[in-house]
Amino acid sequence: MLKILKYGFFDLMRSRWSYIYFLFYLSLGFILLFLNQDVSKAVITLLNIILILTPLIGTLFGVMYYYNSREFTSLLLAQPIKRSNIFLGQFLGIGLSLSLSLVLGLGIPFLAYGLFQSTEIFNFFTLLLIGSFLTLIFLALAFNLALIFDDKIKGFGLAILTWLFFAVIYDGIFLIFMLMFDEYPLDKFALGATIFNPIDLSRILIILKLDVSALLGYTGAVFQNFFGTSFGMFFSLGLLLLWVIVPVIAIVVKSKKKDF
Amino acid sequence: MITIKNLYKDYGKVKVLRGLDLTFKKGGIHTILGPNGSGKTTLIKSILGMVIPNKGTIEFNGEMIIGKWLYRNDISYLPQIANFPQNLKVKELFKMIDDLRPGAKNEAELISAFQLEPYLNKKLGNLSGGTAQKVNIVITFMFDSPLIILDEPTVGLDPVALIRLKKLIRAEKEKGKTILITTHIMSLVEEISDEIVFLLDGKIYFKGTIEKLKRQTNQNNLENAIANILEGSYA
Repeated sequence: MLKILKYGFFDLMRSRWSYIYFLFYLSLGFILLFLNQDVSKAVITLLNIILILTPLIGTLFGVMYYYNSREFTSLLLAQPIKRSNIFLGQFLGIGLSLSLSLVLGLGIPFLAYGLFQSTEIFNFFTLLLIGSFLTLIFLALAFNLALIFDDKIKGFGLAILTWLFFAVIYDGIFLIFMLMFDEYPLDKFALGATIFNPIDLSRILIILKLDVSALLGYTGAVFQNFFGTSFGMFFSLGLLLLWVIVPVIAIVVKSKKKDF
Repeated sequence: MITIKNLYKDYGKVKVLRGLDLTFKKGGIHTILGPNGSGKTTLIKSILGMVIPNKGTIEFNGEMIIGKWLYRNDISYLPQIANFPQNLKVKELFKMIDDLRPGAKNEAELISAFQLEPYLNKKLGNLSGGTAQKVNIVITFMFDSPLIILDEPTVGLDPVALIRLKKLIRAEKEKGKTILITTHIMSLVEEISDEIVFLLDGKIYFKGTIEKLKRQTNQNNLENAIANILEGSYA
């Protein structure tokens, strides 16, 4: 598996796109810090960008890589390599290289601006951690979709739709629900609904960490009430981990049943 | 060497293999024939574990292999269409395969036999069909496996390469290896095969020597004998 991981990793590292991705974060980091001059404000601005962008990039790279490496995959399948190792290796390889682009791309400008002297250092690392989590989650979802649909267009379309659903549509539906049933106590429902959206979950996690109550929103407030800050953080982190593990297991199960 | 029992496989509504029973003895060249869509590639891919059959068992060297992977150490496979990662150089591909599956032996020899030296630094995406097939052949034959499976090995090859390939196949046979080939080129079949397996509608229609097939169909030419079977089945 490690060898496959290595090839997946270097394959992506060599491609133009991961450099563009890296350079994008690099310039974003510098521009934000240049405009804000304040690390803590820059972190909050970054939050919103990361919450939308990392899932999108994870989704896109996931489907793109799967469909583009089908030839390589079929070559590997005829070799004495365990099936699940091929797909897990590819998944981890891309996940690692995307996360690295994110961590280095944002890490360098923040370090240059004296992150270590700032009190924001832990918040910043939480942000990077969440970004990596979201990358892995959406990468795994994209892999699942690509495994199910041999048709590129279908796989691509549904992957984008999945991202759109979690990033935008989910919140919309959620809000409509809140408005429609505002006479009822919706705390538990809101809590439950958050668990099923990794982007919402990440948002709450980082806001709990930042302790900016103005940004908490309804679900965040419920979350904080229910779990308290520190337990809420561990709880949401555990849920994010679950959001990675479940789709990864699905990848293994599906890949075992598929014909190539 | 390989014993297949009651193998079924369908892709949705298309039933490809319907209760196939087949045994390949160790050693010799076995040719798998059959019209397009008769299940040749599906059969091969089932042996390789790339396609998962709905029902039935496959035994390889006395071991049930469905769902296993280690047995593939003993198989070299030449896929039907030479699909390679496009942005990789030929040299890098060889190195990568070497790395993923240690034990490659006569790589350099094969590269020179198929005159691939000028292409080593070219990207796989830029190779012609025939050259890509040569690369494919090198990758297949560089391992010393007791079973070699060739799915349409002649596609796109020029006559010189074809002669080299035949020589290579014969040499491997001399070493006592088992070779499975699918092809539509009857002259190749007649030249090299020890045994023919004819697949029709997902079952074995005929298994035996070329002589036996000719006698059975009352034809003195293999091509006509095959055509005879096919016309019978179309009618």
